[in-house]
Amino acid sequence: MKRVLLFLPLLVALVLGVLLFSGIGKDPTKLDSALVGKAMPEFALEDLHRPEVQVSQQVFQGEPRLLNVWGTWCPSCRDEHADLMWLAKNEGVPIVGLNYKDQRAKAKTWLERLGDPYSTSIYDPTGSLGFDLGVYGAPETFVIGADGTVLYRHVGVVNKQVWEETLRPLLNQAGGQY
Amino acid sequence: MAIFRLFSRFAPAWLAALLIVLALPAQAVVRDVYSFDTEEKQQRYQTMITELRCPKCQNQNIADSNSPISEDMRDEVYRMMTNGASDVEIMDSLVGRFGEFIRYKPLLEKRTLLLWATPAISVLGGLLIVGGIVLRSRRNNQIDSELSAEERARVEKIMDGHNGKSDSQA
Repeated sequence: MKRVLLFLPLLVALVLGVLLFSGIGKDPTKLDSALVGKAMPEFALEDLHRPEVQVSQQVFQGEPRLLNVWGTWCPSCRDEHADLMWLAKNEGVPIVGLNYKDQRAKAKTWLERLGDPYSTSIYDPTGSLGFDLGVYGAPETFVIGADGTVLYRHVGVVNKQVWEETLRPLLNQAGGQY
Repeated sequence: MAIFRLFSRFAPAWLAALLIVLALPAQAVVRDVYSFDTEEKQQRYQTMITELRCPKCQNQNIADSNSPISEDMRDEVYRMMTNGASDVEIMDSLVGRFGEFIRYKPLLEKRTLLLWATPAISVLGGLLIVGGIVLRSRRNNQIDSELSAEERARVEKIMDGHNGKSDSQA
């Protein structure tokens, strides 16, 4: 009995070691979306470029898409813009833009100057759709299935590595060909 | 000169008093933007926002956080509460958007069972260890005090020898 007890510290150390080791490299600020597996929330918002056009969740029907949440007030959005342009132009990925808590004029100037990677731009000045999506900081990028189901959320900048390792496989799994 | 010396001597105190006075309005800004018709609702609101965790700042509740997302969440709690929603409904609607992460009081379910049980397990484990130590030391004492006649004779012999030695040294 005593000899068995001698191994107790080793056992505790091993269990703790495995537990703590599994946490290394995980970013605690990146949270899984609560919406994964659920349908895109219903919304009715203006198109950024054409205020008279109403955009709804119907825009996500038909093929898998990315939904990129951005704002001109967000420095990291500036960082990822070039990569989004590359995704839209070279890879042909349909990206819906959600202009989040921003001003229309500023957002339009930004897209004119840096290029517009978005197939559709939703204008959400009060952040209502962002709130329903559980957005807690831009940029965030969602993968939306062809039937409008939320499949994944990426918090932070999208770059080529994120595309290759995460977003591209998910889009292809959902029936896309990229 | 004397006045100046007096002032410089108490300068830290003066400075602290000044800072406290200056800081008061800054603290008052965040509070009481929302008004409720009953004290009970005000209380419910206050409890709710202290039990909701800010998803952006992570280690703050939304009552203490100034981040825009916490503001939105406080607005939503207020809006739902004035519309007559129950605490559970408000919680569910927010958790449905932001995930279980925002609960400072996680639900008791299969996934969180270990989390809830850990305090009890630690206390029980501690009690077991302490109990074991006490029991063992008590048993050891009993064994020590029970010397056989032969052993007692040996002890006496050793003690005598020891005394004799120390006598001769002294």
